[in-house]
Amino acid sequence: MAYVAIADRQQELHDPQSFLTKYVWSQDHKVIAIQYALTAFAVGIVAVILSNMMRLQLAWPNEFAFIDPQTYYQSITMHGMIMVIYLLTALFLGGFGNYLIPLMCGARDMVFPFMNMLSYWVYLLSVVILMSSFLVPGGPTGAGWTLYPPQALLEGTPGSNWGIILMLVSLVFFIVAFTMGGLNYVTTVLQARCRGMTLMRLPLSVWGIFMATVIGLLVFPALLVSGIMMTFDKLFATSFFMPALISMGESADYSGGSPILFQHLFWFFGHPEVYIVALPAFGVVSDIISTHSRKNIFGYRMMVWAIVLIGGLSLIVWAHHMYVSGMNPYFGFFFATTTLLIAVPTAIKVYNWVLTLWRGNIRLNVPMLFAIGFIFTFTHGGLTGLFLGNVATDATLTDTYFVVAHFHMVMGVAPLLVVMASIYHWYPKVTGRMLNEKLGKLHFWVTFLGTYSIYLPMHYLGFLGIPRRYYAYGETDFIPNSAVDVNISITIATLIVSTIQLVFLFNLAYSYFRGKKAGPNPWEATTLEWQTPDTPPQHGNWGPELPTVYRWAFDYSVPGAVNDYIPQNQPSDETTGDAHETSDTGGGHQ
Amino acid sequence: MLIAIVLILLVIGSVIFHFVSPWWFTPIASNWGSIDTTINITFWVTGTVFILVNLFLALCIIRFRYSKDRRADYNPENKKLELWLTLITAAGVAALLAPGLIVWADFVEVPEDSANFEVVGSQWQWRFRFPGEDGILGLTDAKYISIDNPFGMHGDDPNGQDDILIRNNTVHLPIGEPVNALLRSTDVLHNFAVPQFRAKMDIVPGLVSYMWFEPTRKGTFEILCEELCGVAHYSMRGKVTIEERSDFDAWLASQPTYADTLTMPAGDVATGLNQYAACAACHGTNGEGNQQLNAPKLAGMETWYLTQQLNHYKAGIRGTHEDDILGQQMRPLAMTLFDDASVANVVAYIQTLPDNPAPTTIQGDIRRGAQIYTTCASCHGKNGQGIWSINAPRQAGMSDWYLANQLRNFKSRIRGGHPDDGFGWQMSLMADILNNDKAINDVVAYINTL
Repeated sequence: MAYVAIADRQQELHDPQSFLTKYVWSQDHKVIAIQYALTAFAVGIVAVILSNMMRLQLAWPNEFAFIDPQTYYQSITMHGMIMVIYLLTALFLGGFGNYLIPLMCGARDMVFPFMNMLSYWVYLLSVVILMSSFLVPGGPTGAGWTLYPPQALLEGTPGSNWGIILMLVSLVFFIVAFTMGGLNYVTTVLQARCRGMTLMRLPLSVWGIFMATVIGLLVFPALLVSGIMMTFDKLFATSFFMPALISMGESADYSGGSPILFQHLFWFFGHPEVYIVALPAFGVVSDIISTHSRKNIFGYRMMVWAIVLIGGLSLIVWAHHMYVSGMNPYFGFFFATTTLLIAVPTAIKVYNWVLTLWRGNIRLNVPMLFAIGFIFTFTHGGLTGLFLGNVATDATLTDTYFVVAHFHMVMGVAPLLVVMASIYHWYPKVTGRMLNEKLGKLHFWVTFLGTYSIYLPMHYLGFLGIPRRYYAYGETDFIPNSAVDVNISITIATLIVSTIQLVFLFNLAYSYFRGKKAGPNPWEATTLEWQTPDTPPQHGNWGPELPTVYRWAFDYSVPGAVNDYIPQNQPSDETTGDAHETSDTGGGHQ
Repeated sequence: MLIAIVLILLVIGSVIFHFVSPWWFTPIASNWGSIDTTINITFWVTGTVFILVNLFLALCIIRFRYSKDRRADYNPENKKLELWLTLITAAGVAALLAPGLIVWADFVEVPEDSANFEVVGSQWQWRFRFPGEDGILGLTDAKYISIDNPFGMHGDDPNGQDDILIRNNTVHLPIGEPVNALLRSTDVLHNFAVPQFRAKMDIVPGLVSYMWFEPTRKGTFEILCEELCGVAHYSMRGKVTIEERSDFDAWLASQPTYADTLTMPAGDVATGLNQYAACAACHGTNGEGNQQLNAPKLAGMETWYLTQQLNHYKAGIRGTHEDDILGQQMRPLAMTLFDDASVANVVAYIQTLPDNPAPTTIQGDIRRGAQIYTTCASCHGKNGQGIWSINAPRQAGMSDWYLANQLRNFKSRIRGGHPDDGFGWQMSLMADILNNDKAINDVVAYINTL
């Protein structure tokens, strides 16, 4: 039998038979995406509540009896882990990746729909295991989200019995889920693109998600093995990470292990993890900025190569989290160099976003506002990264509030602003209705200004030298009262920003029923997901015939064309003007 | 349009914030001014980029906001511009990296003439060790650590005999002389940080890390643990006093060597019995305590704790606060134990007294108390038995009214407020979580059940 490219094969679709197979045990990538997103939001709410608890303690130390040191350390740990892994990673890849990849590539579904479904259910299982640690004796682990041994396994750290084991087991399941999803995303992007969709015609969203998944598949195994090794240390008294030590006045039954080995494994995963979150955000925001400024993304090829380069470099910078970890300090020279090197492609991305706006025709709707908020926040967070990536300056600033401020700006607020931009952008495709614009603007302004007023002062607390992960400061020589007062204002801002997210959730629910009808392509966008025959797209996405792609994803305001956008699947002779040469960037269909 | 104005205001606001913010580096007290310089260079370079990028962003939004009658440019690439931007960025990054690496080269290379001393981090306290006359620190190993040998000194190593052991949270260092801190942990990760010194380094069990610096300013500075090390992480503080060489030498000479600690006289019970007569008047002949006289139960208290507290009374670390009326009564009595031997004798005698649980006098909500006690248990043990390595004395079976009184004293800093009472201050910080008398009664009521 002659070989037929996957994209051209008649794919067998498991058409849903009942409510259960349509919405619960669904193999439709769009339903799975929504399941992923809703689950991620649900755990996200838990993480927000935890962050509010920390902030209450920091602003009014010891006023709230229910936040004791145990609870505080459990809160910082669970907040961090949930936000990074169970919210952001799951949402960007499981949520946006699932929804957008087949639609943007012009595929009917993921290549392995059953595995895709399994991925979600295993993810849900990992979330349930994680949440169950709130209910076990001793509560969840309070070792910090980095779970550093030996502390994570020893008395004196909250949840050092049940909590840490559940955390590790949950991570193992999460990684299994991610791997099943990730293999799907990679295979789908490589194999299931429709006719004419060359790699260099892909929207940047797909590029970002694709590269993030590739990195994820390379680095999650490091977390997996370290999680398993640590579970062994806890349950079977192996000593992978545990040296000889004294715990609670008695010699512990360990010898010869290396805590720094764990840190290397953790950060070999942990640093690329930043880019697993950031690259999809980079990609998605590029498409949003281009669409709403009615102009092609500036320097598309550069943007693609920057994503690839950042992804590659992200694998050799991990030890910048460990400059003062007690590892051989001479490593600092190498890792500082690679780390600062990564600033170059990252800066290029920022320039290109801004240059996309230059001579654009900018529609300042809600997705665009969030995207602009992202550029501002990301620039800020990226620049402060230069303080921490540079080994000598990190030696002072590490473990202070400067670090907290930096990483929240760069991988908390910035990606979340993109999440918001994307939801306002794609909600019409997902539901067929627009989100309410007024509520959206309220949501944007409070979130954007609120988060900046949370994190800007924190940088200065870091300069002052205030350490992070302190439950209370007590009397000290170097912390002035004003630094305590600013904690109150930070906490108030946190409470306001958290509360305003309820407006967003309300908007999601309200608009689902009462929102303005969207039509198939409300933003007049070029990419394939807006060209589906139905909105929301039906199972199988494209009706009887798959689309054929004739141009790149950014034919906005092409001179001579009738409209200021030309969909990717529109042949040249239908535009009353030739598509620009660059629409063939990267070669034609093979 | 509004967003562009807001962006401009945010940029201006950030600059103003920088200049009016009262928070900036503490005045430096070490040789690491070069780190400050590098941070300042980074600050001004990144600050400029921040301002330029965002103002340009605002400009784009204002100039190219949506108009029906206009079309955007079609301009996919501009190789020349992209190349220039790349080169300029690369040059800027190199300009930040180079000074950073030069400073780091200095940081990792310990000067020949620097003197070694050791910092030992343990949950949740600092200890220090100086080499004696021989200038060499003796060998240590975690497996040797015990209540009599908290440093884990290798008994057979001749180099260790003259090592000077500092068993409290305060260390002294001479001004103007480079020192190399060898960092050792007995349990989990810690981090030795003094904000005024700028440098910091993790302390890792199983290996010895290092960090050198040269104190350049006299004064007493706070040592902070900056690597999460468990539930009392935030109270793991110490102090470093920078002083003239002569003062430092005098301080060091007053500290015991390892050999001294080995030859400390064991307490003599028979002599202790005589000395205890004065104590018995209030604390009872069996050390059972007497609430009417405000004298807590002594029988069953750990040797190390009794010794430490008697020495604190003698040194005026305890019993000198103006509101500590009862402590002031105790102090002159402790002073009658004029030397270490007398303290050791009376403590040895107390160890022979029968340890019967003290009567229960405080009621409270035991369930809530149990919840609160999970924090206490991290140091004092699940059964309130006390844990020597954490400097946490026994709670269970002791006078509950005294416990409640002391918790109030810790909270109000009547106890633990003295600058030399590092351990007491830690307890003050922990007692702060009991935000009212009810919480104190609840937790004490729970301890009564242990």
